[in-house]
Amino acid sequence: MKKTKPKPKIKELVHLTADPRGVLTGVHFMNGDQAACEGALAAGCRFVAGYPITPSTEIVERFASRIPTVGGIFIQMEDEIASSIAIQGAAWAGLKSMTVSSGPGFSLMMEHVGLAAMLETPCVFIDVQRAGPSTGLPTLPGQADMMQVRWGAHGDYEIIALVPNSPQECFDLTIQAFNLSEEFRVPTFVMMDECVGHMAERVVIPPADKIKIFNRRYTTLPPEEYLPYRTGKDLVPWFVKAGTGRRFHITGLTHDERGYPMMNAETQGKLVRRLVDKIRANAEQIVRYEEEDCEGAEVVVISYGITSRVASRAVEMARKQGIKVGRFRPVVVWPFPEKRIRQLAGMVGGFVVAELNYGQISLEVERLVAGKVPVTLVPHGGGTVHQPEDIHRAIREIVRL
Amino acid sequence: MKKEESISLEPRPQNPIESLIRVERLPHMWCPGCGIGISMGAFTRAVVESGIDQNSLSVVSGIGCTGRVAGYLRLDSFHVTHGRAVPFATGLKLGNPKLKVVVYSGDGDLMAIGGNHLIHAARRNVPLTVILINNFNYGMTGGQFGPTTPMEAFGTTAPYGNYEYPFNLPYLMDVCGADYVARWTVYHVRQLTRSITEAMSKDGFSFIEVITPCPELYLRRNRLGDALKEMIYLKENSRIQNGAETRTVAIEKSRGEIIIGKFVDRERPGYIQSLDGHLQKVLGARYQRPPFWEK
Repeated sequence: MKKTKPKPKIKELVHLTADPRGVLTGVHFMNGDQAACEGALAAGCRFVAGYPITPSTEIVERFASRIPTVGGIFIQMEDEIASSIAIQGAAWAGLKSMTVSSGPGFSLMMEHVGLAAMLETPCVFIDVQRAGPSTGLPTLPGQADMMQVRWGAHGDYEIIALVPNSPQECFDLTIQAFNLSEEFRVPTFVMMDECVGHMAERVVIPPADKIKIFNRRYTTLPPEEYLPYRTGKDLVPWFVKAGTGRRFHITGLTHDERGYPMMNAETQGKLVRRLVDKIRANAEQIVRYEEEDCEGAEVVVISYGITSRVASRAVEMARKQGIKVGRFRPVVVWPFPEKRIRQLAGMVGGFVVAELNYGQISLEVERLVAGKVPVTLVPHGGGTVHQPEDIHRAIREIVRL
Repeated sequence: MKKEESISLEPRPQNPIESLIRVERLPHMWCPGCGIGISMGAFTRAVVESGIDQNSLSVVSGIGCTGRVAGYLRLDSFHVTHGRAVPFATGLKLGNPKLKVVVYSGDGDLMAIGGNHLIHAARRNVPLTVILINNFNYGMTGGQFGPTTPMEAFGTTAPYGNYEYPFNLPYLMDVCGADYVARWTVYHVRQLTRSITEAMSKDGFSFIEVITPCPELYLRRNRLGDALKEMIYLKENSRIQNGAETRTVAIEKSRGEIIIGKFVDRERPGYIQSLDGHLQKVLGARYQRPPFWEK
């Protein structure tokens, strides 16, 4: 089976390797939550503010236990609202910071997602999704926060979200999340699910010098020349941390290059345009997916997270029957791989989208396919994973059409 | 005969606090008679007179009229979400303890939506200085009542008068564990300035409530006169009682006595000291003090 994976084009800027103090090199047997914690440490995260919530709690428990011997801070804040902004204070003090939650806590954090997008604070949020809505099923999986992560805060902005489907990916993609957040000065999300978070598998943590790390670019301009939100062609402003004598002001109000509030539509247009374009114009670099045997397939199955593990079984079953089935797994879900889906829409017989919700990423697929070929959703309320038969049935139905 | 005045060609001496104000953003947005500006004057004078390193000073504000203070100060300043200046400031301070972090915000921002964060920061004794401007209502949004509005006073959302008990802020902060608790008014500028200097020198959590006129909204709606009348009222009805029992200093009526002064001044280990000391004790040689905490 030929696997085609496009090379992630990480900009060849100055990058460093990981600080060995945070890297637990070795071959481990650990669950996704634990691996995500190790990924954060390997990436250089030295500040976590969090609040316990099932099924994410193990991430902060491990961090609380590890960080005093690595050299950093864990603080359990009084709620998720405090956690999601404390990490931004730490970021503006110069640290790589992260918080962790699940459905109900994730919802509480939304205002501060918008703040991070507006202030352009590099920071990472992990959402270990569980079945919702509301209190839902705290200990059981869901994937129904996928649109929320994209649109959850009010206003126009863009974020980056990655979706691991194994504990190994929880480690790898958390590092990626930090790197992307630092590079683009945007809140970046690791959208796990309870299954991937609580399942234990082999996780290989390489030596520190094999782990590529990207750090935010600090300004070298003197105080009288530095403007916090002036940008070059890449649309990412150079960072400044508190205490360097630059006396900068930042605000959640609509602001100009100086960072000063400017209450007019012209400033609004320029600012929001740039916040959105910062990601959209660089989407090619950020987008990452895995695809196998898609071009010319009768059906392509699109899935992510734990569902992709089930979908693989369904695809096997269909291939045994002689159906030409391709697999497509977005690894970066936001920005969504629009270009590739549009291309595939012209090359395949149809799509099956399987997700642990009643249709979220499938909406993106439908939008991009634009009616060219059938798109079938295999929904699921969450609480457990799909049966391969459900996905297999959907594959057969597309072929019969 | 009118004495001839010579025109001086000497450059005028600069106001010692001017370097701390973003003069390019003046005129500011506050109403004539508002006390926030007076409090800012006291704050900037305290900064200059205390000689603290201004480049290490960070100010965090929330939303509201007082929240706009951050935007007018020429310091590293952060204008964040409503009620959440304190947790932002906590992260900032923990990320770089060499920073002096001041939270400067209003009664609604800090005590209504932000109340939970304020009490936890006091409980933890996080090394922050919180300057709470109390003008007894929500000014920016047009004069709604809030958790410090006295009984029977009017606000736009209490059109028949307020029937909620207001907070006794010094009592609350005292009970939560703040190391320094004071209340002044913007009439008492010298004491306020000195108090801000003292508060900023504490190792733990320090809190100053500043009673301020809001002439356009609170005073007008409650027919309490103009700003000048209010300043006279503050002068004549404030009683300085340093060390008073905080339980006794509630402001329940809109026209009553206001007890002001420095009520609490103690030294307990601040949050950073507690964290560091405890982990050092328990982990011994395995403890890695954060490198960004290096003294």
